Amino acid sequence: MALLQISEPGESPAPHQRRLAVGIDLGTTHSLVAAVRSSVPEVLPDEQGRMLVPSAVYFEAADRAVVGVDALAYQGAHPLDTLVSIKRFMGRSHAEAAASDVPYVFIPDGQSLKIQTNHALVSPVEVAARILDKLKFLAEGTLGDSLVGAVITVPAYFDDAQRQATRDAARLAGLNVLRLLNEPTAAAIAYGLDHSSEGVYAVYDLGGGTFDLSLLRLTRGVFEVIATGGDTRLGGDDFDALIVAYFTRTLCLNDLSPASRRAMLSAARVLREGLTDQADFTVKVILGSTTLALSLTRQVFETMASGLIERTLDCARRALKDASLSIKDIKGVVMVGGATRMPIVRQSVGAFFGSEPLTDLNPDEVVALGAALQANLLAGNRNPGEDWLLLDVTPLTLGLETMGGLVEHIIPRNSTIPVARAQEFTTFKDGQTALAVHVVQGERDLVADCRSLARFELRGFPPMVAGSAKIRVTFQVDADGLLSVTARELGSGVEASVTVKPSYGLSDEEVARMLTEGLKQADYDAQMRMLKEQQVDAQQLIESVRAALANDADLLSAADQTRIAQQLQITLETANGDDVEKIRLAIKALADATDDFAAKRMDRSIRAALTGKSLDSL
Amino acid sequence: MNATDHFSLFGLPQAFAIDPQVLETAWKRVATAVHPDRFASGSAAEKRVALQWSTRANEAWRVLKDPLSRARYLCELGGVDLQTETNTAMAPAFLMQQMEWHESLDELMAHPNQPAYQALAQEFDAARVEFVQTLTDLFANNQFEQAAARVREWMFLDKLIAQLKQTHGVIADL
Repeated sequence: MALLQISEPGESPAPHQRRLAVGIDLGTTHSLVAAVRSSVPEVLPDEQGRMLVPSAVYFEAADRAVVGVDALAYQGAHPLDTLVSIKRFMGRSHAEAAASDVPYVFIPDGQSLKIQTNHALVSPVEVAARILDKLKFLAEGTLGDSLVGAVITVPAYFDDAQRQATRDAARLAGLNVLRLLNEPTAAAIAYGLDHSSEGVYAVYDLGGGTFDLSLLRLTRGVFEVIATGGDTRLGGDDFDALIVAYFTRTLCLNDLSPASRRAMLSAARVLREGLTDQADFTVKVILGSTTLALSLTRQVFETMASGLIERTLDCARRALKDASLSIKDIKGVVMVGGATRMPIVRQSVGAFFGSEPLTDLNPDEVVALGAALQANLLAGNRNPGEDWLLLDVTPLTLGLETMGGLVEHIIPRNSTIPVARAQEFTTFKDGQTALAVHVVQGERDLVADCRSLARFELRGFPPMVAGSAKIRVTFQVDADGLLSVTARELGSGVEASVTVKPSYGLSDEEVARMLTEGLKQADYDAQMRMLKEQQVDAQQLIESVRAALANDADLLSAADQTRIAQQLQITLETANGDDVEKIRLAIKALADATDDFAAKRMDRSIRAALTGKSLDSL
Repeated sequence: MNATDHFSLFGLPQAFAIDPQVLETAWKRVATAVHPDRFASGSAAEKRVALQWSTRANEAWRVLKDPLSRARYLCELGGVDLQTETNTAMAPAFLMQQMEWHESLDELMAHPNQPAYQALAQEFDAARVEFVQTLTDLFANNQFEQAAARVREWMFLDKLIAQLKQTHGVIADL
């Protein structure tokens, strides 16, 4: 990556060079990868021409896994080794996972969890990385070159831990994440709502395992998520579970084995999908030595489904209330997710919003297509006139624990991100020299009712009388919705900070270790390719530093100029060698040496851009 | 970073009277220019600076879009400390008015009903509109001390409006 190139905002430094970027919909039941080819986004099929890769991973040995359709084939015989619906457990605690209705063996791992299969002990992040790795492989094979990055979609309702887990999975799969994108926003992009007239749209996304309702306001090419609501534990799977519960009750099927249970759930899905086009449907299921025929009419199914659908509409009511909007303010509804094919869902949503929902695009593909468009844009492949921006909001309130287990809210939900907010706190006891900071997420007033995100301590400030220390705690949420928290005692300048992820995410060391282990198995060709890539990166960096020095050397002191020139020379010499690691370190050293310079140039460039534009608007 | 205030960041004059549409357009223009997405494939330094600018633009938008917080910010720019913690002195007339409102609100909470809710909501809204008009003139004439006194009163009204909104759920269920 060129580290110092400054171009006009949003434009690729090398406009004639197409940079390959993909959009990935990492779904609960299946995942897709899409890319913009010849100006049109399309889902990339696998070797057999299939668009949907089932989000299933079968661990056949400690270090060998099968992903996708092939993994599903093992589900019947090895239900505990074939992991599906893994997205439900991303960034979740052991207690939450254990309360769910799946047969896996969950093992607590700090605040996170691992899954014990017969051959391997794996985290949800590792399982998701296997799926992403498969999609990356598929995309590189189809597109014929390596990817500069990917946009990965997440439910708008995903909290910080879940977003971080998704990002970690991508890193582990060797993907450069250009952006985590909310799924409903991706759907709106796919529908080209940015080109349509302005207004507020609702995106109703009922996927396999999650439900999201987002309200998007579109104004002159700007997408703004003005409210999100939803339920991370409600989806098509729940409709299947209802059908299973119905038959276990009416047919008195007690004590189903895990394999029988999986078979029942699969049969329920077939049954539910069958009822989309037919008034009644029958499916056969083999349970051990007996074969059962399960019959259901659409009418009976719709009666049992109405409670779940009502829950989705409750989310819609809440989101409308949050945005201070009423139903008549909604210009249209976009339907996303395979479960929205159910006629009862379309009818209920249509009746609720009083307008026919948009269903033209394949509801399974629409998110991946939008992600591909965004990835293409972020990679710098912008076509003339194609210019939109996503303004996101925080899905949940972020706060701190204070005395008595109460939550002090710092950043309210639905704040436009990026956002930073600071608040001052003081000490409680005389002579206190440390302060524990507990970061939580949620709307409730009691810590016990919120999700714990991170804990850290600010230590070593001088002892003072109670109430006289001034400790400023700053929350910063970046464009991906990821949070970092800094605490600083203002008198002494003692500071401590945390990027929220220790509870669920992987440390940099863990990622590095996993990547190195992967590389050991890589063949000679891959190593040669890596050397070439590093040499190209070094060359690009050197050229951009030279260009930067030619244009903006006035931002640097004479000493800094000398220092950078020296590092430039070292990098140049190292890049001619063939030691990948040395080149990597030299690139890093040069990037570090020029980091401050790059920041100053960027600042200058933004100032210039803003001044120019405000003059235009006068 | 720094040096300039929220208004000049958006290329707008320092004024209380501001067209919400113009403000929003100005914010979106700046937000679009500095958003980290524009630098997604850029260096760490570029992303960091974009994040700082973008955060600042959103903070400016948050402060300016709400009339009360815009008024408080203008007092700050005018060099007047609102002393919200310590200065609770208030004109006797407003004090009386405030006590009456409190009583009406207590009454409404004890006996929730739609007509009383509507009446109080209208009264609060009228008072709010009056503050907006008064402050528009005061700020236009750079009378920051007088403006600060009105802003403090408005903050009391704002709390009452929030309390009234909380009763709305109860009344809607009637």
